Amino acid sequence: MILKPYGDTALLLDCASLDEAQRWFAALHGDAEAVLGARSVLLRGQPADLRSLVGRTTPGDSATPDDGAEIEIPVVYDGADLDEVARLTSLTTAEVVQAHTGTPWTVAFGGFAPGFCYLVDGDAGLQVPRRDSPRPRVPAGAVGLAGEFSGVYPRESPGGWQLIGRTELTMWDTSREKPALLVAGMTVRFVVA
Amino acid sequence: MTLVVESPGLRTLVQDLGRPGLGHLGVSPSGAFDRSALRQVNLVLGNDADAAALEVLGGGLVLLAETSSWVAVTGGAGAITVDGDPAAYGRAIPLQPGQRVSLGSPTTGLRAYVGVAGGFAVPEELGSRSTDTLSALGPQPVRAGDRLETGSPSHPPELEDVPPIGRAGELTLDVTLGPRDDWFTAAAVRRLLESAWHVSPASDRVGVRLTGATLERSRTEELPSEPCIRGSIQVSADGQPIVFGPDHPVTGGYPVIAVVLDQHTDRLAQAAPGQVVRFRRVG
Repeated sequence: MILKPYGDTALLLDCASLDEAQRWFAALHGDAEAVLGARSVLLRGQPADLRSLVGRTTPGDSATPDDGAEIEIPVVYDGADLDEVARLTSLTTAEVVQAHTGTPWTVAFGGFAPGFCYLVDGDAGLQVPRRDSPRPRVPAGAVGLAGEFSGVYPRESPGGWQLIGRTELTMWDTSREKPALLVAGMTVRFVVA
Repeated sequence: MTLVVESPGLRTLVQDLGRPGLGHLGVSPSGAFDRSALRQVNLVLGNDADAAALEVLGGGLVLLAETSSWVAVTGGAGAITVDGDPAAYGRAIPLQPGQRVSLGSPTTGLRAYVGVAGGFAVPEELGSRSTDTLSALGPQPVRAGDRLETGSPSHPPELEDVPPIGRAGELTLDVTLGPRDDWFTAAAVRRLLESAWHVSPASDRVGVRLTGATLERSRTEELPSEPCIRGSIQVSADGQPIVFGPDHPVTGGYPVIAVVLDQHTDRLAQAAPGQVVRFRRVG
């Protein structure tokens, strides 16, 4: 991990892997405002204070924070790109569903939109590129794949991920005590609805 | 107390000091682009520093007072009139029922802040009344016919007034290099600090887009998504920089070459299209 300057109100931990970033995030979140990226952690505060905080912190043994909860997401697998994903992965559509539900995913980090999370550690056979041109409208609850990630769109938005299904779960609701259904570190199991 | 919007002008949004600390949920801070102008308007009205005011882009706002109230205008403003008579910038203005306050086009800056004693009492979402234009959090943009309720003033208005912003000519913003200056050629880093940049008309609260020299990368691979902040200078695929504003995405996929110091990001709120911006390295 390398500390990188980030203006006068933040500091960036540049990590070698998502796993290392997650372990630093788990160790620092709570002591400082922290945001997790794919290979990095951003801390907010006075840079000198943050440097000394990082200096006296050791990254956690586990990427999963102590509250590491599990959640099941029921999915209707009828996404517009399901056939295309099957073609790209040389699987049948049934095998795509099996692969997506067969391995638990981990919530890596949020971003793009409130409540949107990048899920990792799924079946390695499901890696597909983004669509060549993003859809102007992807419905809320759409379940997609892109690169090493899977994710669920929290509300209607543009989106370039390959859509394989949809869930009825409300991913983001600011009237709930915890607006985001998914939080970094959680384990997600997709099941056939 | 109630103010009725007769015209919102080009674009008027309710803004307070935003919703900081929720980046891990994918929520940006949002809030007033020019926070110092928001604090000033609240100061002269005797409000708490984070009371909600109207952020008025490009003038044109007309408000009708249904009840007696105090309003004030700071930030990037032009002519301020009450029923056609000139009113003072940066000072509490009394309005009687039936009176109208109007804002002309800004003569300096771009965004005016119109406060009311007691603040605008629109409902909060995630602890803030700010409209986040990227994430669709907070109230809808202000429309003609909206009836804006106000809270109860906590202190009487101040007698002092605030000086107007005097920022004609070039705008120089202090930056620190990094975190990803090493993804660019040495010539690109030099160009960033030595060239005159022009504010593009495509700028908004998500980011102020700058046009000028092309900033060439020395590393061309894709950057894994990285968190960013208000003031991050991200360089997109076309080599042009964008300085993120209050409604920036929480993570970005392009390298950040330098970061504008926090205090200086307020000045960007007042940078109109065509304005020349320069960066000065301080760290």
